Amino acid sequence: VAEHDDHHLPGPSLWPVGFAVGIAALLVGLIISWIVAGIGAAIAIVFAFLWVREMATGRNLTAEAQPTGGAEESATGPALPAPAGPPAMPHADRFPRSRFLEGATLGLGGLIGGIVTVPVAGFAIAPVFLHQGHPDIDLGPLSNFPEGQYMVATFMEDPTQGEVSRRTAFVRNNGTVQLNGKSQPSFTVISNRCAHLGCPVQPGGPIDESKKKTFTAGSNQVTLIPTIPAGGFICPCHGGSYDTEGNRTAGPPVRALDRWTFEIKNGHLILLKNYSVGHVLGAGANAKIQKYDLHGPGQHVNGPEFWFYPVQAPHG
Amino acid sequence: MATRADIRAQRRAQLQAAALYPLDWVEERSGLVGGVRYFLFRKVPGDTNWFQTLGSATLTAFLVQALTGVILAMYYKPSAVVDPRTGTPVAYASIQHITNDLWWGWLVRGMHRWGASVFIILMFMHMGRVFLFGAYKYPRELNWIVGVLLIALGMGEGFTGYLLPWDQTAYWATVVGVNINGTAPFLGPFIASLLRGGAEIGPDTLSRFYSIHMLLIPGGIMAMIGLHLYLVIRLGVTSPPWSKEAAGTGPLPDEAAATTNGHRAGLVRPSARGTNGR
Repeated sequence: VAEHDDHHLPGPSLWPVGFAVGIAALLVGLIISWIVAGIGAAIAIVFAFLWVREMATGRNLTAEAQPTGGAEESATGPALPAPAGPPAMPHADRFPRSRFLEGATLGLGGLIGGIVTVPVAGFAIAPVFLHQGHPDIDLGPLSNFPEGQYMVATFMEDPTQGEVSRRTAFVRNNGTVQLNGKSQPSFTVISNRCAHLGCPVQPGGPIDESKKKTFTAGSNQVTLIPTIPAGGFICPCHGGSYDTEGNRTAGPPVRALDRWTFEIKNGHLILLKNYSVGHVLGAGANAKIQKYDLHGPGQHVNGPEFWFYPVQAPHG
Repeated sequence: MATRADIRAQRRAQLQAAALYPLDWVEERSGLVGGVRYFLFRKVPGDTNWFQTLGSATLTAFLVQALTGVILAMYYKPSAVVDPRTGTPVAYASIQHITNDLWWGWLVRGMHRWGASVFIILMFMHMGRVFLFGAYKYPRELNWIVGVLLIALGMGEGFTGYLLPWDQTAYWATVVGVNINGTAPFLGPFIASLLRGGAEIGPDTLSRFYSIHMLLIPGGIMAMIGLHLYLVIRLGVTSPPWSKEAAGTGPLPDEAAATTNGHRAGLVRPSARGTNGR
């Protein structure tokens, strides 16, 4: 062995890894439980002992020196019995240490990168799609909705989110409809979200601010204003126009206005979920509504372009 | 016998050595001085013109945005919660505070707000110069691509920054912008949800846009600018299309050196640098 190779390089060894695990367990145990700390201390002591013993006997040094030194015996320790004589082949061609280190660096680096990136990317993306939705919205007693009269109802979709969740719906009481042999109340509840790019459509007619009514229903503050949308609904942004049933009559929207499903509970009108509408045939209580899963504004629900939007992100 | 002039020259040399010592110290340990010199004192074609300063102007506009943005971030609060004292959302109230109350807040916010437009306009002017000069051609195609990515990132900055005042304009512009993204085929609904941070625009959208605006995209822009400049320095500056020098009909480099600013460094050929005395 050449003289400059003679310094005491520690050989590769797994004992320090065990030692490190033991120390880590000890530290974690200090916080969560003395038992874990004790186990960690025991692991650390055992592996520290093995590590020190290995260094003291210099087994690894010998094993390392063997291939480079050929038949020559290492000066730093007793020779191992197995690799006597010249090495079977020049180790540099077989699997050099540098290549192992390169692979180990890339592999471990990739592993650490993955361990860090996966939770971070998951945290960035998953909450966007999980647990979406909003509480049911109480719009107050049915007596607030005179038959045949459109009301502009504003409310917060999720009061915990504050003003940013304020929504507007155009609600019309259609009287009753015979359904399954029973007389059921009928409402038209149209969302004011334009089916073009989501701007707030306005009623095309007078809004009677003097009859504005604000009250608290459930956990929500609701405002109702009567309106006569003789000209249907009109979007201020890009001129999308709709008739009183929400069907597109002009401009860039790709479908009719979205609607809300509703139920009557304890004499109150409760809004449940949004859905998208392709087209409405007829009007009021007898309307035939082409109902689709809720789509974002600007997305087609029918026609050939429908195939561009086969899957919707979760919206609750 | 030393004359007065000799002594003065000697003193000057001593002073120079003392002044250069720190530079030498740095150079010996880092090579940075040479690197900076290589970066700044490049040879460019003698017939470059003012249009070729548009790239540096864009860079300057970006640095102004970065600097003013860092300072604005010290006062801006990206919260949609309604402040009970003012009755307005905290984000909007903090913008009002910056604009109306803080010393020179109106100025720095104005620099950031108008500088944003300047940045975008300069980027497109720079792009037009590169296009009209044919400077995107071999071997500079990659730099064109990096530049296009920079424009996309710059537009992203504009889009995310627009929401931050959290007023009606900001809100509805973002509604429309997100929904335009939502109309992309197949992935549109998911892109829109990712931008909003959920199915609807809410408080999370504001903090999300703020993070994207001040951390994510600026990081990308800085990395891309680094790559952009590296390629500019490696490939050199293009001669204008009317350049007689580049066409090989102008004065030879040695003659040009006497009358113009320098050699024919950084011509269309990528090897031009190496063959001109470097």
